[in-house]
Amino acid sequence: MKNIYSAVRVTDKVYWVGAIDWGIRDFHGYTTPQGSTYNAYLIMADEVTLIDAVKAPFKEEMLSRIKSVIDPSQIKYIVSNHSEMDHSGCLIEVVDLIKPRKVFASAIGVKTLKELYHGQQEIIPVKDGETLSLGNMNLTFMETRMIHWPDSMFTYLAEEELLFSQDAFGMHLATLERFDDELPQSLLEYEAATYYANIVLPYSAIVLKTLGKVTATNWKIKIIAPDHGPIWRKQLGWIIDLYKKWAAQKPTNKAVVLYATMWHSTEKMARAISESLAEAGVKVGLVSMNDFHRSQAAYEVLDAGALILGSPTLNNNMLPQMADVTTYLRGLKPANLIGAAFGSFGWSGEGVRDLEAVLKEMKVEIAAPSVSVRNAPNEGALQICYDLGKTIAAELKKRLSAN
Amino acid sequence: MKKYICGICGYVYDPDKGDPDGGIARGTAFEDLPDDWACPVCGASKDEFAPE
Repeated sequence: MKNIYSAVRVTDKVYWVGAIDWGIRDFHGYTTPQGSTYNAYLIMADEVTLIDAVKAPFKEEMLSRIKSVIDPSQIKYIVSNHSEMDHSGCLIEVVDLIKPRKVFASAIGVKTLKELYHGQQEIIPVKDGETLSLGNMNLTFMETRMIHWPDSMFTYLAEEELLFSQDAFGMHLATLERFDDELPQSLLEYEAATYYANIVLPYSAIVLKTLGKVTATNWKIKIIAPDHGPIWRKQLGWIIDLYKKWAAQKPTNKAVVLYATMWHSTEKMARAISESLAEAGVKVGLVSMNDFHRSQAAYEVLDAGALILGSPTLNNNMLPQMADVTTYLRGLKPANLIGAAFGSFGWSGEGVRDLEAVLKEMKVEIAAPSVSVRNAPNEGALQICYDLGKTIAAELKKRLSAN
Repeated sequence: MKKYICGICGYVYDPDKGDPDGGIARGTAFEDLPDDWACPVCGASKDEFAPE
């Protein structure tokens, strides 16, 4: 058998020719327990075109899938929608190998690809709104700066009513099923939300603007083909609505209690706060950074209305696990949150003070006084934690009714 | 007062609006922004900006 990897037909003229990375678990600090796919697409137009490429070690898999449709040397154009290495890692090698007539990227994409690979290959910048004729078909480009890199762009194939959306609407999910309707909806929602929280969240304002820009084009879109995970051909309205919801970052009746513990004292406080919130009818995400990964914390925060942080003090600082997750969350810029800080300490107690500073930097409105306990919490201290939960619950309800 | 656009992400600094989240009052000209002011969207420094 000479060609194990086959292309997957998306439409009469478009094929998925990407790669499946079953083993990846660390995606620049975002844990991906289900692996991922790097999606590349082949357009069988008069001028055969490749949209995006794959991560460097997967070059042969992509070429093999292309070969199942056409000799790769027949590719005339390559479009790079996103220059991050998981989509461009083998791009320059592939350009040298198949010698396409032209390679295109956004103006910033051209610059980024040069700075990443230092190649001599010519890459032609395309403008926002520019159309490229493939003979019998046409591609139109739309800059989508900061979704999620400055170079990012969408490419629209009018004749197939297909939007190549690079990382937008993507997810890290390694499967042989290539379409949304072949996978359980709960899995799609979980993985798409996790991806949004860990990758797209900081640029939510731009997401809303870009969705408006796409609507204004009057493009008919039957298929959304992202650069990771399944292709959307059935539930486009559903995933777009989820993006609108996640991007809006409206206050919700959910609190995330995010903590780390040394000798279970801060944990006991976290449990008391959580039980109190739940008792008051608030949905709770209780996340221990001793046991969970920071990307799980990001997922929980995505649809939260409150963020309550807990840490003991270790050598006059918050615990390193909390420094890690709060650095990560600060960069993801979740919005419209209220919060509070808590923790136990042995003799100095800087951990809670550090967390308060983090909350302020994240523009989280502090809605209850911090609770700091020397050594292990007694009943009275746990009652104060319980009351903190009640205060947050009441404040969440107030904000919800105001919205 | 001129508007300035970020060459990285396309954010436009509008002196009439300022940058409230960054502590910049309305009516502050781009030239008068502190040297350590950064683009509120992508974090680029002032020298990445050009007049719109």
